[in-house]
Amino acid sequence: MNALRKYLDKIKPSFEEGGKLHAFRSVFEGFESFLFVPNATSKSGVNVHDAIDSKRIMIFVVIALMPALLFGMYNIGYQNYTAAGVDGTFWEMFGFGLLAVLPKIIVSYIVGLGIEFIVAQWKHEEIQEGYLVTGMLVPMIVPVDCPLWIIAIACAFAVIFAKEIFGGTGMNIFNVALITRAFLFFAYPTAMSGDACWVAKESICGLGNDLPDAFTMATPLGEVATGTVPAFSWDQVWGFIPGSIGETSVVAIAIGAVILLWTGIASWRTMLSVFVGGALLAWIFNQWGPEGNAGAMVPWYQHLALGGFCFGAVFMATDPVTSARTVPGQFVYGFLIGAMAIIIRVLNPGYPEGMMLAILLMNLFAPLIDYCVIQNNIDKRAKRAIKK
Amino acid sequence: MANVIKLRKGLDVNLKGQAAKEVFDVESPGVFALMPDDFTGTKPKVVVKEGDAVKVGDALFVDKVRPEVKFVSPVSGKVTLVERGDRRKVLTVRVAADAQQQYVDFGKKNLEQMTAQDVKDTLLETGLFGFFKQRPYDVVPDPSVSPKAIFVSAFNSMPLAADFEYVLKGREADFQTGLDALAKMAKTYLGVSAKQAAPALTAAKNVTVNVFDGPAPAGNVGVQINHINPVNKGETVWTLGAEEVIFVGHLFNTGKLDFTRLVAFAGSEVKQPAYCRMTVGQQLSTLVKGRVSEGRTLRVISGNVMTGVKTTADGFLGAHATEVNVIPEGDDVHEMFGWIMPRFSDYSSSRAYCSWLFGKKAYALDARVKGGERHMIMSGEYDRVFPMDIFPEQLVKAIITGDIDRMEALGIYEVAPEDFALCEFVDSSKLEVQRIVREGLDMLRKEMA
Repeated sequence: MNALRKYLDKIKPSFEEGGKLHAFRSVFEGFESFLFVPNATSKSGVNVHDAIDSKRIMIFVVIALMPALLFGMYNIGYQNYTAAGVDGTFWEMFGFGLLAVLPKIIVSYIVGLGIEFIVAQWKHEEIQEGYLVTGMLVPMIVPVDCPLWIIAIACAFAVIFAKEIFGGTGMNIFNVALITRAFLFFAYPTAMSGDACWVAKESICGLGNDLPDAFTMATPLGEVATGTVPAFSWDQVWGFIPGSIGETSVVAIAIGAVILLWTGIASWRTMLSVFVGGALLAWIFNQWGPEGNAGAMVPWYQHLALGGFCFGAVFMATDPVTSARTVPGQFVYGFLIGAMAIIIRVLNPGYPEGMMLAILLMNLFAPLIDYCVIQNNIDKRAKRAIKK
Repeated sequence: MANVIKLRKGLDVNLKGQAAKEVFDVESPGVFALMPDDFTGTKPKVVVKEGDAVKVGDALFVDKVRPEVKFVSPVSGKVTLVERGDRRKVLTVRVAADAQQQYVDFGKKNLEQMTAQDVKDTLLETGLFGFFKQRPYDVVPDPSVSPKAIFVSAFNSMPLAADFEYVLKGREADFQTGLDALAKMAKTYLGVSAKQAAPALTAAKNVTVNVFDGPAPAGNVGVQINHINPVNKGETVWTLGAEEVIFVGHLFNTGKLDFTRLVAFAGSEVKQPAYCRMTVGQQLSTLVKGRVSEGRTLRVISGNVMTGVKTTADGFLGAHATEVNVIPEGDDVHEMFGWIMPRFSDYSSSRAYCSWLFGKKAYALDARVKGGERHMIMSGEYDRVFPMDIFPEQLVKAIITGDIDRMEALGIYEVAPEDFALCEFVDSSKLEVQRIVREGLDMLRKEMA
């Protein structure tokens, strides 16, 4: 450790202003602060600081994503082996999924972090950690057969146009990972929806099975869109169903939710109210929904288990930057996300899944919700002044 | 029974090196210094020359804009130096103390026969007025404006702070006289902690006593004002430190100024943390030398670890400082993989670390910021430790964007930088919140002038 520190101190000057490698200053700084906690001391204000920083927070979100990611890998193998009718061992299935997902993670990080490094260098700022989470979310919300080049384009688009032009992490209006998904969804609909993309069809490095090109398998929500109500099964809770890589297992996502709530990184208010909003709307549709609408007939609890509802509620809606920041605002914001997601699912035949659009829509309205809450405080203060 | 106000928001950080309730003495050092920067919002005009002889109570500098506001020498002796920095800004006015102290005699006062104006004139004449602060802006007040109320907080809830109940022992009479004097000028509120039982506090006369029960920053006078009688636009309140009320009381009781106070010498690097009698402006070297651990870089803070000013062992005790805290600087520490290691010796209020496991363990924190500055990312961090009816995040954002109207609407008139100390402590984006708030107040004050 000491030797490493000495080496860093030795090469540091060449990255500073006027040094030979100055063009890589942001990269060096990124790696240095990754290895060692920065030891700059406070110049003004408080003389001691809490140990928490945005690196720690982002890493904990990534940790919270791990159960869903690992399960997603296993499920990819499980779906492939089941579709082929072949018995595979746990490690064969998991290994196949790992090989299918790893390139997506790598592409997402290389493209996104590459842009981050360049922008940080250009703006003379430190590298912001926000992409650690975004880069992990992106592979988890795409279908397994989504081509890598499409992911690369989508990541570049989202990082540049949803984040950097607004000023970087903390300034963006929309959730960057969801913009990636929305871009994919509208630009390459065949790779993102329909019945053909949810099960991996080619074997990788000898693992997995080749399936015929014409093989299709609908997600439960895909079935709903075609007018059949899928029967509820516990597989939908455990996650042994086709779907985007990280979204299928309610249980794995729940483990992540516990981590996020326990550490206080995600707002329980937002998370809870998404579920309340979704459950309430789905229940209302159950009771008084339009005749013959399959979406309205899916029981409310099943609505919450299917598709990206849980994943969105736990990992996307709670993004502190794009969600409502005031306490009462978070309840309203979460409730409307849940409600809107179910409305889109049930009433819009074009989109079997509503979570993505619901969250993006509410991202747009979050400042308005906060505005109302804050204006209330402002009015109270103004009234107090007049009364005196 | 006094009105009890319970506060739920806030954070008590348990730091190592709490001052024991003992007093030790230090030799009186040669040089004292008064620092204009301690009196926020004033432009100093030095009225002495190097070589002049001064007594305790002779003006060293006055405010250029309102010359009736004087800042007087805390000791008698000879002016040795008017230290200036960039653009001839006055940094310190130094006085070498005489062996035998001489006091300007202002004459004993009979408070009962004095009017509000008399009291104010006395305070202005003796230089004690400079110790007051006003909200809005957290600056030395304008004497021509009468405040709607005066607030005194009898406790400091920040970590390593001096215990005022202990400091008060033996000075009860002066404290009460000081409160009486304040009460002559405006309705006076005294905020005491639920843990304080001294009758001089809980049964103080001529003032309204409010009891505050809750974690830091309950002892901040700004928090107390917000809960009792908030400042509206166009209104002014004055605040005065509890120790400085004793200064006022002593003046009215004896006719002389006495700028000595009991200072808590605390912090993880202090060998024997305890209280020490010091005078405003006293050089810290006599206190620090030999009484702190050796072998690593230390940070000497004039004032509290949360709100005080970084200085050196050669620095001077600030005018408002009730503590001298010494902590490790920490610039020699290289922690590896901080983003994932458990880091048991570091404190965090977040459960992403293990501090919650250890309950009341005392921490020896150093001065590292422990992270890079980011845009504001997490929501609700400030709110958790900010027990006022104000949206701290939005206010800080309004200041960063320089939006004067919004700052006003969000209640900047009610706050001082110190109220944001804990926000700055817990901030994962590592913004210099206190500096930002100070800039916002200055910006607004300029705009309103």
